[in-house]
Amino acid sequence: MTRVVLVDDHQMFRTGVRAELGPQIEVVGEAADVDSAVEVITATEPEVVLLDVHLPGGGGVEVLRRILPSKGVRFLALSVSDAAEDVIGVVRGGARGYVTKTISGPELTDAIGRVAEGDAVFSPRLAGFVLDAFSATDAPAADPELDQLTAREREVLRLIARGYAYKEIAKELFISVKTVETHVSSVLRKLQLSNRHELSRWAAARRLV
Amino acid sequence: MVRLERRRDGRLVAGVCAGLAGQLGVEPFVVRLAFVVLGAAGPYGIAAYAAFWILTPAREEESRRRNPWQLLAYTLLGGGLSLLTGVTGLAQVALWPVLVVGIGAVILWQQASRDQRERWAVLPQGMWWRSLLGAVLVIAGVGGFFAQRVSPQEIPQVLLATAIILSGVTVIITPWLVKLWQELDEERAERVRSQERAEVAAHIHDSVLHTLTLIQRRAHDPKEVARLARSQERDLRAWLYQPKSDSSQMFAAAVRETTAEVEDLHGVPIEVVCVGDCPLDERIAAMVQAAREAMVNAAKYSGAPSVSVYAEVAGDELEIFVRDRGKGFDLDAVPEDRMGVRGSIIGRMERHGGTARVRSAPGEGTEIRLELKK
Repeated sequence: MTRVVLVDDHQMFRTGVRAELGPQIEVVGEAADVDSAVEVITATEPEVVLLDVHLPGGGGVEVLRRILPSKGVRFLALSVSDAAEDVIGVVRGGARGYVTKTISGPELTDAIGRVAEGDAVFSPRLAGFVLDAFSATDAPAADPELDQLTAREREVLRLIARGYAYKEIAKELFISVKTVETHVSSVLRKLQLSNRHELSRWAAARRLV
Repeated sequence: MVRLERRRDGRLVAGVCAGLAGQLGVEPFVVRLAFVVLGAAGPYGIAAYAAFWILTPAREEESRRRNPWQLLAYTLLGGGLSLLTGVTGLAQVALWPVLVVGIGAVILWQQASRDQRERWAVLPQGMWWRSLLGAVLVIAGVGGFFAQRVSPQEIPQVLLATAIILSGVTVIITPWLVKLWQELDEERAERVRSQERAEVAAHIHDSVLHTLTLIQRRAHDPKEVARLARSQERDLRAWLYQPKSDSSQMFAAAVRETTAEVEDLHGVPIEVVCVGDCPLDERIAAMVQAAREAMVNAAKYSGAPSVSVYAEVAGDELEIFVRDRGKGFDLDAVPEDRMGVRGSIIGRMERHGGTARVRSAPGEGTEIRLELKK
């Protein structure tokens, strides 16, 4: 049983998600804005928080900023937004993954389970953004360990972007699902820790129209 | 009627002009100019100022520092005018009409509503008239020198006095002009904002409201409703989040547009992810067409609830993957004469120097991979 808190400012959406989640998920709290989210999360201490990117009171990033330093809670970002700035922003803020709100109930249940175990969850779109962001510049990386993706990680990301599930990726690359998870977690770590400013700049530039 | 008081806030000498201006509802500089001109013309102006000073009570308010530059400017202006009237006879003849007309124009400008001013400011025709007026004034001034037969020794003094007056007027008028300019600027920005709002409203009306109406009308047909909602969602997303680019020019935009078309035609959601971008040429456009064919096949025949498209430009290599988790098929079992996969996808790619690989097995879905070197 995974204990989950839902944070989204649309009551209708929270109700919908609650109804769609599988029996292995227990929703222990809901919140509609940043302040109440911090309150509910502190009070209920869930394993996973489903966090909307756009929230009144500072957005999902603000919740991450207030909760993450003190609590061992894991966050899965959930949004309708396709803006690279939002996606990259919330992941760099500390979310363990990003899925769009069009995700199906079973897929979301699966993603929550994976985040609860400490793995990362990448949607095809997030994978695409990461590939784009890390290849956007020809400038030599300041810290190759953090600023570059390995060939294998790139391969895994491309398969995610092509719509493959972890199990299918494992089969395709002749590796175990656990290894796929390791690669994805490693990409997540790079995405969060790499302080190459190209990442943020790239994301911001995508927003310019 | 409000009692006339001397202002301590914003005064230059004793606050007489600021107080009078407040009483008359005009800008203080209008009153100040009038006093300077009166003062320069003779003792009456100064006497009037002194009388106001003595007779008018000061208002109870915080007094602020005088603006030394403004004070200096008025002093210079007064000094210049006195010099001019003292030195030549020009003032009596030419200066007064000019001053009266000038002050009248300033007051008129000052009292006009903002709309009127803006109209004056933006009308190109008005610009012409003003330039013409300026030119006439300059010519009249120069002509005035000669007509008055100013002796050569006096010219430097007259010029000096004129320069002093002009700089005084400039210093006095500039802050006010700047303020006017800023107001105009703000108004322009506000207009841009309201235009943007109007555009958003128009967009929502044309697309969202229209779609909602259609959805209500087609409520009995779930597939059609889903298609409408999906197409509207895509439209809004593109409008909100995607960089505007011309699909006839760029690869990624062309892939997205093609995907949207197929989605609309066949009512199956297609998730598209693009990485990198490059300009389109004839071969790349053919590749996008091949991808379109692959999407149509997936949407029409695979029976999968959704299709994934991934397009990547890496260096000089382009790749497009079209994947579904549908029922799959056996390529060898497809009759030779069927155009679909062989002609429109594989054949087309080969004709343009690329490759197409089909990976499919019954029950395992299909993935078509298109490759092209730039």
